[in-house]
Amino acid sequence: MRRSLRESSLAYLLLLPALAIFGVFTFYPFLENFRLALYENPPFPGLPSHYVGLSQVGSVLGSTGFHQSLVSTFLFVIMVVPCGLLGGLALAVAAHQKLAGMSIYRTIFSSTVVSSVAVAAVVFGTLMDPVVGLLPWLGINPTPPILSNPTWALPAVALIAIWQFLGLSFIIMTAGLQSLPEEVLEAARLDGAGGWTMFWRITVPLLSPSLFFGVVVGTIYAFQSFGQIDILIGPQNAAFTHTNVLLYYVYNALSVQNNPGLAAVLSIVLFTILLVLTLVQFRFLERRVHYASD
Amino acid sequence: MASVTFSGVTKRFDDVVAVNALDLEVADGELLVLLGPSGCGKTTALRMVAGLEEVTDGDLAIGDLRVNDLAPKDRDVAMVFQSYALYPHMTVQRNIEFPLKRQGVAAAERSSRVLEAATTLGLDELLERKPGQLSGGQRQRVALARAIVRAPRVFLMDEPLSNLDATLRVQTRSDIVAIQRRLGTTTIYVTHDQVEAMTMGHRIAVMRNGALEQVASPTDLYDRPATAFVASFLGSPGMNLLAATGFTGHDGTPGLRAAGAELPWPDGFSRQPSGDVTLGFRPEAASLGSEGLDARIILVERLGAETHLICSLADGERVVVRQRDRQSSHQISDHVRIRIDTDQIHLFDAESGLRLGEGT
Repeated sequence: MRRSLRESSLAYLLLLPALAIFGVFTFYPFLENFRLALYENPPFPGLPSHYVGLSQVGSVLGSTGFHQSLVSTFLFVIMVVPCGLLGGLALAVAAHQKLAGMSIYRTIFSSTVVSSVAVAAVVFGTLMDPVVGLLPWLGINPTPPILSNPTWALPAVALIAIWQFLGLSFIIMTAGLQSLPEEVLEAARLDGAGGWTMFWRITVPLLSPSLFFGVVVGTIYAFQSFGQIDILIGPQNAAFTHTNVLLYYVYNALSVQNNPGLAAVLSIVLFTILLVLTLVQFRFLERRVHYASD
Repeated sequence: MASVTFSGVTKRFDDVVAVNALDLEVADGELLVLLGPSGCGKTTALRMVAGLEEVTDGDLAIGDLRVNDLAPKDRDVAMVFQSYALYPHMTVQRNIEFPLKRQGVAAAERSSRVLEAATTLGLDELLERKPGQLSGGQRQRVALARAIVRAPRVFLMDEPLSNLDATLRVQTRSDIVAIQRRLGTTTIYVTHDQVEAMTMGHRIAVMRNGALEQVASPTDLYDRPATAFVASFLGSPGMNLLAATGFTGHDGTPGLRAAGAELPWPDGFSRQPSGDVTLGFRPEAASLGSEGLDARIILVERLGAETHLICSLADGERVVVRQRDRQSSHQISDHVRIRIDTDQIHLFDAESGLRLGEGT
């Protein structure tokens, strides 16, 4: 008894640093966020906020700005996740060939993981620049310019997010391809499966754990994209309302509008959407996943 | 159905020769077992027939057709893998059906053939299950059903029983033999288990270090091993092998000296000029008596129906004696004398390991 008490207090002692860090930087802000959502801030800085209960939640959820932001967010996610995953899969299949020098391509393909979003945004911003950019040089030069064009601004920032997600997606798919059971692929070859059948009927189903993981991680990544929009669009831009995804809305509510209550409500909405989506993915997509031990 | 012919087939992986100039003909309808220890090249030989490994040198033919450059799917061979290699995302039905679909067999014929194969293997109740919901033995049978449903020219089996428990292995062994005899499909069966080889094969090809040691029927292989390696590899336990020297006695009769004892030169073996030979005798050809090789028992294995006495000779060599007597009273550390039945002696060249020539 005495011994087990000593052992468990030692265990708690060892856990303490991790608990303290999580407590201060994760649990406390998480809970504090729910409290902030109950307070409304007056439109002028410096004045005290006052308790309004859940009424603020209702007014935010009913606002046009929120609806627009929600639409932009989902459009953004729908562009980024499938393109990023399929692109990563295509690169992984290409790099899976047993050819000399393939490790160089692997390094190149996975390098977007380590490139910073700021650098990527600036490079892509330059490419899309109406005067010195590559796209105008190729004859693609809409008016207004891409990054302030209500139609093209969101696809443009989505493109950067796709490019950045490609590296991670490539790594996930490569790991999946490399762990495919060799004998199953050989059995399919003997059973008469050609390249196309092999890929769609055997490889892709066997890759389903990696694809599923990619969908979950990609969705979370896309919902949390923010840097490209802040650097290339910003609140002053004409196309801003079309690129104001939820996370950027949160940031904007806090740092530009100085409205912690609004930011708190929005971040709770973002959290809820991600939670529900992830649960839905686990509930429905995972049924179609075949793990190797099956 | 068709024969399979290896003519000087060699497979090299970079500097390693996995199969070295293999000459072997598997007759139409035959079940040939490729037997040998790990790394002897038997699986590589099988995979070359499947088309999963390229032939480095020599010719490989199925029937009259040279298949060296033919894609696996065009060879009309079905393979059962050690891991079964079932498609985890498909039901049993779809697993068995897959090769037929690829061949473009019509739906109605497909389902009747799948049902027939499934019924043969007792899988008709499990058609809607997925491999993950099956036991090892059931998965193994799905793999077999997927092979037989195609009615291919050749079956290739790569240690298909090694992941099953002992009881199931014995049962499945006889099931495979029964199916093969009924269908009469040419079959190449790879195993390292000599009991499987002895009980299943029409003939057994023993391989070692990428080369063929001997091809013969199970009884021939057991009774007249062509090399000391085959002698020691077949049988459980394998043949006892001792270093021996031939000599000529005072009266001019040839004899054999091994482990300090003298034996008459066995009939049917030519004399070796050098004198040095390897003496072989099966555990059942040895018995304990009042004369023979001096030995000490170091282990007694009571298997129920029989008892194995593992003995150490004066020079440290080990000899196994098989006793039919289940109540053997012998104990560890007992000093005994081992008598060898001279009619059941085998002699091999001490250098090359080859069986000594017949004659006098």
